[in-house]
Amino acid sequence: MGVISRISTLIRAKMSKLLDRAEDPREMLEYSYERQLEMLQNVKRGIVEVVTSKKRLELQAARLQENVNRLDGQARQALAAGREDLARLALQRKQLAMTQFEGLDTQIQDLAKEQEKLTTAEQRLTVKIETFRTRKEVIKAQYAAAEAQVRISESVTGLGEEMADVGLAIERAEEKTERLKARAGAIDELVAAGTVEDITGRGDLLDRELSQISSGQSVEAELAQLRAQLAGPQAPKQLPEASSTESSQPAGKDVAREDTAR
Amino acid sequence: MIVRIATEGQYELSSALLDRLNELDNSLVQTVAGGDQTAFARALSEMLALVRIQGKPVATEELVTSDLILPAPDTTLDEARTLFVGDGLIRG
Repeated sequence: MGVISRISTLIRAKMSKLLDRAEDPREMLEYSYERQLEMLQNVKRGIVEVVTSKKRLELQAARLQENVNRLDGQARQALAAGREDLARLALQRKQLAMTQFEGLDTQIQDLAKEQEKLTTAEQRLTVKIETFRTRKEVIKAQYAAAEAQVRISESVTGLGEEMADVGLAIERAEEKTERLKARAGAIDELVAAGTVEDITGRGDLLDRELSQISSGQSVEAELAQLRAQLAGPQAPKQLPEASSTESSQPAGKDVAREDTAR
Repeated sequence: MIVRIATEGQYELSSALLDRLNELDNSLVQTVAGGDQTAFARALSEMLALVRIQGKPVATEELVTSDLILPAPDTTLDEARTLFVGDGLIRG
């Protein structure tokens, strides 16, 4: 078999690496039990790592959101002052910040998935370790050396495979958080400098031009919208619409109160 | 037979499905060779779906060795490709 046989070999290689010591079967039992506990610690560390990275991204997302609001305010001010060029610039930056924000959102969701996966792995491993511990005591107490050896190797390989698999899950989560960390560092710098540029811009030329055109179009559309809003007072027809949404507020407040009560 | 989906868990699957699994594995290899990310993802999820739908999850308290181990659900084409390069097998 192609991929299946290669993955199987890969996991089994990891497994024998995990359990490559201890020739005496009884010693093997204790040794693999200790390795399992270590592995459980690794999973827990992995979860902490993922949660920390996720928090950091969430913080960045909040800061990007602030930037978006600030740039939006600046665009309004600039336009009110008759500086359409500055308003356009602010809106362009706002678009970029929003693109970054969406990218972060996807990554936050990715990390949440990793967290869930590792948490499931942790629970699974905890149960398996407990099974192994019980079986270990039974084997030690009840079986003669030769018979014990067979039973030990069954339990040990079954568990070794589980450990190798959990190890793989941790590795993958670590690779993902490492990649995100590098990217998060770059965004930190950009946010701090107040200029958010498109650091994801790796697509081919056509992609980039297309996204430039669409971002340019939305900047112009937003500019036109702002202009219309600023012109608002002279055109009172549009105003009643805004106040009509306020009548639905009481229901919304109840929901908010319920939220804080939890 | 016992089949494991890497990073997900073990399933007990009828041995009668081995041939079908073999077929799906062969087409997966072809998508790796072809370098088409979408086709690879489709072939992989088809293979995993067979195990998830036809198989019965092995209870968490069980300690059994798998007869076959399938790639993790989020395996990328690049990762699959490294499996076919010399050092891919002994990494880690």
